[in-house]
Amino acid sequence: MLTEKYPDEVNKILAKYPEDRKRSAIMPLLYLALRDNDHITNDVIRDIAAITGSSETQVEGVVGFYTLYHDEKGGKHYIQICTDLPCALRGADQFAEQAKDYLGCGFEETTADGKITLEHVMCLAACDKAPMFQLQNGKGIFYHENQDIESFKALVDELRSEADA
Amino acid sequence: MADLVTLKIDDQEVSVPAGTLIVDAAKAIQNDIPVFCYHPKMDPVGMCRMCLVEVGTPRKDRETGEVIAEADGSPKIFYFPKLVTACTQPVSPGMAVKTNTKVVDDARKEVLEFLLTSHPLDCPICDKGGECPLQNLTMRHGPGNSRFLADEKKHLAKHVPLGDLIYLDRERCIQCARCVRFQEELVDDAVIGFKQRGRALQIVTLSEPGFDSKWSGNTTDICPVGALTTADFRFGARPWELQHSSSLCTECAVGCNTHLNTRRDGLSGDFVVKRVMPRQNEFVNEVWICDKGRFSHHFSTSPDRITVPMIRKNGKLQESSWDEALNLVADRVKDAQGSVSVIAGEVLANEDMRVLQQLANNAGGEAVAWPGVMGGAEQLAAVGAGVGTNFIDMGAGTAIVVIASDLDEEAPMWWMRVKQAADKMGATLDKSKATLIVANGRKTKLDRYANHSIRYAYGDEVNTMLALHHAANGDGAGLAADLAASDDETIKAAGQAISDAENVIVIYGREGLDYAGSSSLAQAAANMLIDGGNYGKPNNGLLGVLPKGNTGGAFALGIPAMADRAAAEVVGDAKVVIVAGADPVGDNDALPSGRFTVVSELFMTATAEMADVVLPAQSFVEREGSFTNSERRVQRFFPALPAKGQARPDWWAFGKIANAAGAMDKAPVAAGQIMQMLSKTAGAFSGIDYPALARVEEQWPDVGGEDKYYGGNAFKNTAGLGVQYATSAEQGVVPSKGDVAPLNSETGSLRAVATTLMYNRGTKIMKAQLLHPRLPEAHVEINANDAEKLGIADGDKVRVSVGDASAVVAANVNGKAPEGAVLVPQSLGTDVTFNGLKAATVVKA
Amino acid sequence: MAEQVFRILRHRNPGMENIAELDEYIKHGGFETFKKVVTTMTQKEVIDTVKAAGLRGRGGAGFPTGLKWGFLTPNKYPRYVVANTDESEPGTFKDREILTGNPFQFLEGLMIASFAAEANVAYNYCRGEFWELVQIMDEKVAQLEERGLLGDNLFGTDYSLRVYNHLGAGAYICGEESALLNSLEGKLGQPRIKPPFPADTGLYDMPTIVNNTETLANVPLIMEHGADWYKEEGTEKSAGTKIMCISGHAKNPGNYEVPLGTTLRELLYDIAGGIADDKDLKAILPSGASAPMIPATDKVLDTELTYEAMRDIGTELGSASIILMDETVNMAWAAAKATAFFKHESCGKCTPCREGTFWMNSIMKRVEAGKASMDDVNTLYDVAGNIQGKCLCALGEFSINPVRSSIDLFKADYQERVA
Ligand SMILES: Cc1cc2nc3c(=O)[nH]c(=O)nc-3n(C[C@H](O)[C@H](O)[C@H](O)COP(=O)(O)O)c2cc1C
Ligand code: SF4
Ligand code: FES
Repeated sequence: MLTEKYPDEVNKILAKYPEDRKRSAIMPLLYLALRDNDHITNDVIRDIAAITGSSETQVEGVVGFYTLYHDEKGGKHYIQICTDLPCALRGADQFAEQAKDYLGCGFEETTADGKITLEHVMCLAACDKAPMFQLQNGKGIFYHENQDIESFKALVDELRSEADA
Repeated sequence: MADLVTLKIDDQEVSVPAGTLIVDAAKAIQNDIPVFCYHPKMDPVGMCRMCLVEVGTPRKDRETGEVIAEADGSPKIFYFPKLVTACTQPVSPGMAVKTNTKVVDDARKEVLEFLLTSHPLDCPICDKGGECPLQNLTMRHGPGNSRFLADEKKHLAKHVPLGDLIYLDRERCIQCARCVRFQEELVDDAVIGFKQRGRALQIVTLSEPGFDSKWSGNTTDICPVGALTTADFRFGARPWELQHSSSLCTECAVGCNTHLNTRRDGLSGDFVVKRVMPRQNEFVNEVWICDKGRFSHHFSTSPDRITVPMIRKNGKLQESSWDEALNLVADRVKDAQGSVSVIAGEVLANEDMRVLQQLANNAGGEAVAWPGVMGGAEQLAAVGAGVGTNFIDMGAGTAIVVIASDLDEEAPMWWMRVKQAADKMGATLDKSKATLIVANGRKTKLDRYANHSIRYAYGDEVNTMLALHHAANGDGAGLAADLAASDDETIKAAGQAISDAENVIVIYGREGLDYAGSSSLAQAAANMLIDGGNYGKPNNGLLGVLPKGNTGGAFALGIPAMADRAAAEVVGDAKVVIVAGADPVGDNDALPSGRFTVVSELFMTATAEMADVVLPAQSFVEREGSFTNSERRVQRFFPALPAKGQARPDWWAFGKIANAAGAMDKAPVAAGQIMQMLSKTAGAFSGIDYPALARVEEQWPDVGGEDKYYGGNAFKNTAGLGVQYATSAEQGVVPSKGDVAPLNSETGSLRAVATTLMYNRGTKIMKAQLLHPRLPEAHVEINANDAEKLGIADGDKVRVSVGDASAVVAANVNGKAPEGAVLVPQSLGTDVTFNGLKAATVVKA
Repeated sequence: MAEQVFRILRHRNPGMENIAELDEYIKHGGFETFKKVVTTMTQKEVIDTVKAAGLRGRGGAGFPTGLKWGFLTPNKYPRYVVANTDESEPGTFKDREILTGNPFQFLEGLMIASFAAEANVAYNYCRGEFWELVQIMDEKVAQLEERGLLGDNLFGTDYSLRVYNHLGAGAYICGEESALLNSLEGKLGQPRIKPPFPADTGLYDMPTIVNNTETLANVPLIMEHGADWYKEEGTEKSAGTKIMCISGHAKNPGNYEVPLGTTLRELLYDIAGGIADDKDLKAILPSGASAPMIPATDKVLDTELTYEAMRDIGTELGSASIILMDETVNMAWAAAKATAFFKHESCGKCTPCREGTFWMNSIMKRVEAGKASMDDVNTLYDVAGNIQGKCLCALGEFSINPVRSSIDLFKADYQERVA
């Protein structure tokens, strides 16, 4: 329960929006929930619906619409490589292929150890620093720019060697 | 009334109120602009893009301020560079709209082609086939062949249950959001919604149970394709094989107009009701019905129906002929001269009640209305809501007071319509909101829209009404001094709102009140309305949330109510007891033994079990007649099915009996004849005969056209809008205030409040298997503080006792009950049956 | 010769490395303008100044900013100002750099706009991927509250203002202002029909101004130096400077702030250093995936980067996300990338965009796989035409631009690919 686990944060989020517009807090609360859940479960949805006075279905709709809320179990980390046109012009497609080979799983798939889900994504507003990707996990979302396969390998190795929390 | 705006649509001039959308203006002159997402009862969203038209307006010269003219002097029309969605664009003076040009025609073709790229085209097996907007529009505008590669089509789940009542076919959905918007805007149950985006957009529900709404069936009517279907009708029949008849819903006293579709059943060969659909009546139910009304029709063809007359012989009920049964009863009535007691259920038709009333009166007895738990008949007759009252018309300047009722459960359609008046989420030109005042001992769903929510302690209903009256215009009659001096801010503000309002409607119920209590409340409310001059005109006056489908008929005929009396008391020492459409024994209200008891019924009720003669009654589905709703609207229903076995209408059987017993000159031969007689007498039905009831006038929006895309599948009303009879105030009788009797309820540390749930275990619902998952288990609602004192946790089994009756039920401790009150929903299959507010004990079982 | 300026990217002075720190920003006169506006000016004076400066929206449409502010429905409160930092157009990365490099100038602009709108609450809606950046922005806002630059009764007046950052979560459509507002209300980010416009029925159905981040970052300068000073740069109809995002086959991709009216040639070759590996430039997408592509002809290269001149050559300046494609690029491939983008980002609300982007994408996939015929390409062109003019919002209308322009200009590239 978010209100029990993060009471201050929940209150801080709710305080940003008018009293009778708590529905606005759905998105920030979903981010809060992602700290401890690698995907959005029905329990999380119920919790957020109750906090914001929305229906579960309304929260579910938000989860489904936005790509950064995962509603199915994936890896502990998401590596999302931009292969949109500007990045692709700077070799992002080739970089993505190399990344895929190194991870040993396909796109929109999770590695066998369950650690990393690899995804293609659309433009991330870092086109001048391609190839690039973002890393999404319980800690947040982090950009990795001006990448090559060596820097990628180093990061993946580090992620893989992390002890399971 | 808004100003009229004149515009031209395909060169035809039309004048409509300012703010009207082009699509509606076109509909007014029978120009059907195709729509999918637009529905005339909902705000436009402009998403399907099917309604694109060419629109132009005149323009003024910047310099001169003159309208720029053509050579011939007519205003030059400047067309917008892009096509415009007719469903989102309001009309403006001098506007020109073209709906029949090539550009428009191409646009329709193109949008349809887009829609069909995703559509499975499985019309031959689709329930909507034959009455499908997509099918119809494809026939009219569709491309001849498909350029989209079939193997690139999406394949999606086709039988997704959204709960027990509604199925979704994901492939057929065209994402028009009508269902989602209906649920969010019109009934505020946002339990279905869109998930994903783009072409993956899908309808989902996450409520527990799925699609948890009392209104779900309506979404299948307005779905413009066969994506949403009811579990009831799914694969049940093709629309073109169905017979049609007009009917009424009898599940509550709103009296929603329905349309019954019947057909011979494939298996049994019997005629059965295949579905109940809304029939438009803008005064009553617009184009909607609740799920109870839609799905509880199965009782009519239940195999448990009584189909033959029965006479008790050797202690056992045995089949007999009608003649034998009628003669026997007539003889007994004759013999019992002056000693006949009639208990007439408030579910009987006006015609049945009238015959029973005459039979009793002329046989020297009395007919009493059962359950007869609601008072206020006189006040309603005097200052009831004026003729022409319509919730649709209520906006700024109208105050609606709802007191002692949980409308959502007791009269769902009123809940929806009152909510709309206060909330104005739908598509109405007048978006101004009525002021809503909700007073109850607990929070109800209607409180969401209340401008003033008044919470009183159960037992203070009448005092609250007096205090409101006092706050509205200073009259303190009957008000205790301390209350008169009370400075409760909520009541003061509500009183001010009432006194500021031009129109005032008071809806009173009977939650926590017995007959005497509801009578007092009605009087207190009437006094306020009289002082404020709020009676005798539309959208002013008193409305009662009457408990049964035709309590209004009993009121209209002046049949006295049971009025807090036990059945035994009412029957007194009568030798013959006639019970029709009533089951006192089943409600633990024993009838005295040793009397000759006659029961006319659909099913073997507990009362029927003990009868000497049982007569098989026809249900309203098999016959014609009329009911009177809570708004004093008399409405007709028509036969839809052949009689079940030898069942006959009550009026027929009791007319024969009355005639044979000398209590009636002639036995009526048709229901209409009885109404004809009534129409010639003074009283509520004066001037009301069957032709009057069958009269229709044009209604807006115009639904039920062949197109089916505009208003959904609701049926056009061709069988009559009914007649609302006038109050005495409207006939020139100046109403006078009456004394308000104080309430007299039992005290105790815990008091039980009888409440009503829409989904209860009434006889009819129990025959509809489909609804069983929606029926709650027997339970009471108890306040957390009381629960703690009693050592009860949420979900515990408890023994609840009220008077002599007691039962073991589940305890819900979830914030619904105020402290000191135990809410005891009635008709959940326990013996704890009572009215009003009674001392109670609750112990952990 | 044209050269870079640093009004927006680095506040008044190109050398200011630490301008993202509040002390440094204040040391250089930061928030003096806000204080001046709040304590000495009327709302109307602020709006009139912005109007006179000729500032046009940097979010894409180029709508005059002062005019928009003047449209707020009178006597309807509360009002809101929302900064649009959704920045998701392929090839756009300027707003992110503003927030990283010069956040306080943007915030000051947002705050002045709020004052002008009589709004007491402003939201900065950032795309969800800017998560890390927004953690920092939250700190910046907290610093302003600590210093009394945000909060109640600012500078002893009765004006109060709060600013909140709000994160989206991955949806390009939320850059469209009405979709953004729905998103901010906790709903699916689908656009609303217009009218009513946000100036009347915006956030929570109240009058709302939505402006792009870069637009707002211009405002402190205008209020500090005046409209005439501001108009010294740029052209008559396109005043001031603009950040140009250069990506793709550029030698030095990145953000370049130049006066509006600089030519493409000056920008690409004189300032940004030309094309990578000194290859020949083949085509340009001047406004991300959303505007028609243009061929790298002399005429095009000599076109001034202004809203009006770009429209004259059949495309848009938009948010100036200039994607460069050299001679090696097959334009069918480029259009396929753009189509996949729109198909992925279509919100699904209206039929032509939902179905049309899907359909175009499936034909494009076949083209890419070498399984399409020229008939398919003709169908593609036709489908794009059928989408045109029918959509509820501009996303669907954008989606056809790369498709149609690539077929119009580079049919040979398709012929190369079809079976
Ligand atoms: C599909 C679509 C995406 C958009 N994305 C953005 C965006 O990311 N950032 C932005 O500022 N404006 C974007 N816009 C434009 C906004 O709707 C709006 O015009 C702008 O925020 C207004 O601010 P401005 O007047 O300061 O430019 C987008 C518009 C559309 C139709
Ligand atoms: S054009 Fe239509 S489907 Fe596409 S994003 Fe706009 S509203 Fe959504
Ligand atoms: S867009 Fe007008 S009816 Fe759907």
